[in-house]
Amino acid sequence: MSFPNELKYSKDHEWVRVEGNKAVIGITSHAAEALGDVVFVELPEVDDSVTAGEAFGSVESVKAVSDVFSPVSGTVVAVNEALLDSPELINSDPYGEGWMIEVEMEDASQLEELLSASDYEAFLKEE
Amino acid sequence: MPEKLIFEKSVPGRRAVVFPELDVPALDLDSLIPKELQRKEPAKLPEVSENEVVRHFTRLSQMNFGVDTGFYPLGSCTMKYNPKINEETSRLPGFARLHPYQPEDTVQGALQLMYETTVDLSEIAGMDFGTLQPAAGAHGELTGMMIIRAYHQSRGDVKRTKVIVPDSAHGTNPATAALCGFKIVEIKSMPNGEVDVEALRKAVDDETAGLMLTNPNTVGVFDPNIQEIARIVHDAGGLLYYDGANMNAIMGYARPGDMGFDVIHFNLHKTFSTPHGGGGPGACYVGVKDFLVPFLPKPVVQFDEDQNRYYLDYDRPQSIGRVKAFYGNFGVVVKTYTYLRAMGGEGLKRASGNAVLNANYLLSLLKDHYHVAFDRTCMHEFIITPKNLKDTGVRTLDIAKRLLDYGYHPPTIYFPLIVDEAMMIEPTETETKETLDSFAEAMINIAKEARENPELVTGAPRKTIVGRLDEVRAARQPNLRYTE
Repeated sequence: MSFPNELKYSKDHEWVRVEGNKAVIGITSHAAEALGDVVFVELPEVDDSVTAGEAFGSVESVKAVSDVFSPVSGTVVAVNEALLDSPELINSDPYGEGWMIEVEMEDASQLEELLSASDYEAFLKEE
Repeated sequence: MPEKLIFEKSVPGRRAVVFPELDVPALDLDSLIPKELQRKEPAKLPEVSENEVVRHFTRLSQMNFGVDTGFYPLGSCTMKYNPKINEETSRLPGFARLHPYQPEDTVQGALQLMYETTVDLSEIAGMDFGTLQPAAGAHGELTGMMIIRAYHQSRGDVKRTKVIVPDSAHGTNPATAALCGFKIVEIKSMPNGEVDVEALRKAVDDETAGLMLTNPNTVGVFDPNIQEIARIVHDAGGLLYYDGANMNAIMGYARPGDMGFDVIHFNLHKTFSTPHGGGGPGACYVGVKDFLVPFLPKPVVQFDEDQNRYYLDYDRPQSIGRVKAFYGNFGVVVKTYTYLRAMGGEGLKRASGNAVLNANYLLSLLKDHYHVAFDRTCMHEFIITPKNLKDTGVRTLDIAKRLLDYGYHPPTIYFPLIVDEAMMIEPTETETKETLDSFAEAMINIAKEARENPELVTGAPRKTIVGRLDEVRAARQPNLRYTE
């Protein structure tokens, strides 16, 4: 399991990569491993709005279906359509090809609530 | 050896039956079925002899596992034994051969049975009356939530669009509320498995339609704050829905109606000893307090004391309408009635007492060998996890598969979602101490195998007709249709 330093993390196990006013969102390698092999992904559509702390989609493994929560509020500007046919990308490359959505942020200060890589790792140890 | 598909046994021209020559005038197919609805090529039906059909399906049936073949501790599902007397009574011609359109005067016995079952289940629930129409639990939940919605709407209180569901509720609850058009507000459980009363206090407002709760909940904990919880929801103007999934823990000891619930469902195929799923069908009772009786699905079975006669009451203007054709799965209701009468009040109470005793006995045998999610006296079910075996690489799925080699149906796994690697065990009251001891021995052996020879567990099952199935591939690339 790895937690790239350039990303920010939520306690619901999502990561965020900030690119200007945009946030690329996915689930962490810890979440992907806990779920096991992902077999289906449900994502929002471009122009949908997402709210910080609320579910924007779900991932299904043979074990369970779990909601994925948005760490920030804003409007969806891109969706990783490749996941619909190849959900396994979430397991094989959670921080790269396994990205889920890109959001135009409403309020960049919400990022301050998120954890750094080292804080997230410490949080996992507690959990 | 794996059994071939019936299609793979097909040989062109082989038949189970040879029809005699046609001795009536043949009609032109076009005169019976419009041309565009006729199929273009013959259906690819398997061509097999009669004894091949019989052997094929007999062999498949022998691969089945059920409560009649072995221990089936599927948590949350209450796989109690289904007494055979239920089968006898439900097959009595006076019940089995009724037609739903028969005049009421010729089905007084059936109506009386439905009425008395409703009254008895209402007594157990602490409710005023109910319906037996829903086909099973989730359908009963939907019926109950539709009643709650109809109640709020009848008062013109259309702002109530939110339903609060604790994360320890039965898994179907949020789905039911969503299907009914409500917005779900989830509240987290506390580390001891109880509802977070303060979080609930913050969650309720004038948009709260109700709360859906399972008590004892899905982690096997009876919530001692239930009356406070009921007060908070009622004070906010919401109603309380009780999911009866776990009623087997408290029959005769506590009544949801007394706890403050307004609507309740019982899965007759769980607590009241009728078969599950494919062996069913299921059936469900939905009970309500007096003020909700007008909203029950119609028709409602009633008794006219003056004429000493049972009848179906359709004159119910506030009813949510029918939720199922005719009067529900009547044959299943006969089985429930039989169970209620065979057990009696004292017997039902003892069933719940033994269900809780069996669960706690099994928990006491396993607690030194597995991590216990909520280490307290449990109700009728409990959750363990292999957290203590983490370094062996053995996970819950592996333990479940290994149990197949020991001849047991595995418990529920990976549910509830709030417990990582959960294994949820519900032995039910109908199992003997010897069965519980043998199961515990198997579980303890598996923990030992995980430490000494983990491949034995991670490579299981080996004694079944097929080994470990590739669940991931089956889910990603389902192959559901036979092609040559």
